[in-house]
Amino acid sequence: MNDILVYCELDGSRVADVSLELLSKGRSLADRLGVKLAAVAIGAGLDAVAAQVWPYGADTLHLFDDASLEYYTTQPHASALCKLIKEEQPQIVLLGATVIGRDLAPRISSTLRSGLTADCTALEIGDYEDKKSGERIENLLYSVRPAFGGNIVATIVNPYCRPQMATVREGVMPMNRVRSDNYEGTIVSHPIEQYITPADRLVRIIERHVQPKENKLKSAPIVVAGGYGMGSKENFEMLHKLAHLLHGEVGATRAAIDAGFSTHDRQIGQTGLTVRPKVYIACGISGQVQHISGMQDSGIIISVNSDPDAPINAIADYVVTGRVEEVIPKLINFYQQKQ
Amino acid sequence: MKLNIIVLAKQVPDTRNVGEQAMNADGTINRAALPAIFNPEDLNALEQALQLKEANPESKITVLTMGPYRAADILREALYRGADEGILLTDRAFAGADTLATSYALAAAIKKVGHYDIVLCGRQAIDGDTAQVGPQVARELSVPQVTYVRRIVSLNEERIIVERSIENGVERVEAPLPLLLTVDGAADACRPANAYRLLRFHRAATPTERASEGYRYEAQISADEALRLKEWSLADVDGDAARCGLSGSPTKVRKVENVVFRAKESKRYTAADEDIKSLIGELLSNHTIG
Repeated sequence: MNDILVYCELDGSRVADVSLELLSKGRSLADRLGVKLAAVAIGAGLDAVAAQVWPYGADTLHLFDDASLEYYTTQPHASALCKLIKEEQPQIVLLGATVIGRDLAPRISSTLRSGLTADCTALEIGDYEDKKSGERIENLLYSVRPAFGGNIVATIVNPYCRPQMATVREGVMPMNRVRSDNYEGTIVSHPIEQYITPADRLVRIIERHVQPKENKLKSAPIVVAGGYGMGSKENFEMLHKLAHLLHGEVGATRAAIDAGFSTHDRQIGQTGLTVRPKVYIACGISGQVQHISGMQDSGIIISVNSDPDAPINAIADYVVTGRVEEVIPKLINFYQQKQ
Repeated sequence: MKLNIIVLAKQVPDTRNVGEQAMNADGTINRAALPAIFNPEDLNALEQALQLKEANPESKITVLTMGPYRAADILREALYRGADEGILLTDRAFAGADTLATSYALAAAIKKVGHYDIVLCGRQAIDGDTAQVGPQVARELSVPQVTYVRRIVSLNEERIIVERSIENGVERVEAPLPLLLTVDGAADACRPANAYRLLRFHRAATPTERASEGYRYEAQISADEALRLKEWSLADVDGDAARCGLSGSPTKVRKVENVVFRAKESKRYTAADEDIKSLIGELLSNHTIG
């Protein structure tokens, strides 16, 4: 049977969270289809990768391990993956909707002339009826994604071309350890010279600067987020104070970041991070669809807004109608008192 | 150095600020009510082209867009800002294209343009946000791609050095020409329209527009080649109809749903002290916080 293949993105020899999330999803799709789940990792010094992927359900791991592959460049990865896909004939290929996944996946889909759906928020298996031919195709991948600035959600299928490809955003799917730590699957090491040619190596990285993430927004149990309605960078400082007090993190809308109140690494929404904290405190956020799609699954939503009819209030559990400059210091103050 | 630069641009509905006038009574979006704009990151790409042209004045910037007749508006906008030539790729055969079919058609048009050194486009368009068309065009042309470009650092006849965004950082990459670059929103914003160019090029028109009623500049356009926007069909770019539009699209839309958020029963508070105290009290007692 045709397997499901997950491309594992690497940070050194550490498998990225988004890839473990994809393996978890891939595992459940594979079980649904009765097929195997394979992972592929391309990089340098990959001995530690296997132990990271088995717990999340991979049956097989394909390795392309060579010193020359230490950092990602498009063509070596595209060539290795295209050839592997031709050999293995997976029915589904999943990648993270990261800078790397969004660079690599379209290149591969174009080479294989296969359909690709970007930035999916859900993956399901289902049937498809071709209205033109009347043909019914079973067990297709449904790739569900927001479009049109998050105002619509489309379910995309790829009925006739294989593999069915999708990229999925980080943090959208839960990570599930389904196997014990001592499980071992099958490792297949591929000789890279049979996959990657010198012509693939024309693009060269000459300098690289990476800063570790400064915030733990993705995993924070409490998120205090500010929108354009915060009014200023100084007012945003109040959110940092409140977040600190509640042991939470500060998030922001794109509008607030565009206005210079906060930084890009804190952006929550369709083009930023997807978060699902236990508590989400939305301050001065009106609730554009783009933003709501990145936080709607939060446990308890508290909205502080001067506009009683702000769209975000419709999905909030608690609504405080008032100016943020007034309400937030009071929240801080009374919380400190009561505690 | 004389560079031939092609900029790919798309006319998109402005999905960023969906105001009340664009909402239907049932909370769904009325797409027709959204203004059609030059895709924002394609403007970042155009700016990179204009900077290259400033440094290499012999260069030529051709802007290529695929879309309906009205997409000629963004070609004029590109001319106002400094582009040299505009091409509208338009044909009913292109309708319903997914990214793969779109990239095939654009690549066919680029091949028809002929010699090029750099193809520039925005990282993604705001109506679909897929970021797929750039890399797919590069593959179709068999040239390297560098995506998420912030800045062109340097360039000679054979090689280019660019700075690109990566996850939590930046990277400097050296690549051979010709190639395709996708430019992201962190790059320089595009310069505004130049007043003199606006006065001159608002007369620019496609053959279809020239033939339409109400076009008033026939005398000028017949005397000035620079005002003539090109309009290419599938046949003009020697395209294969089977690879275009719906028939060339492996992905099919099975279902589209409007996003309607389920409303909750919310508890309402004012900014008064007693209200905030009671809210904090409730949040602490039900262990939401604390």
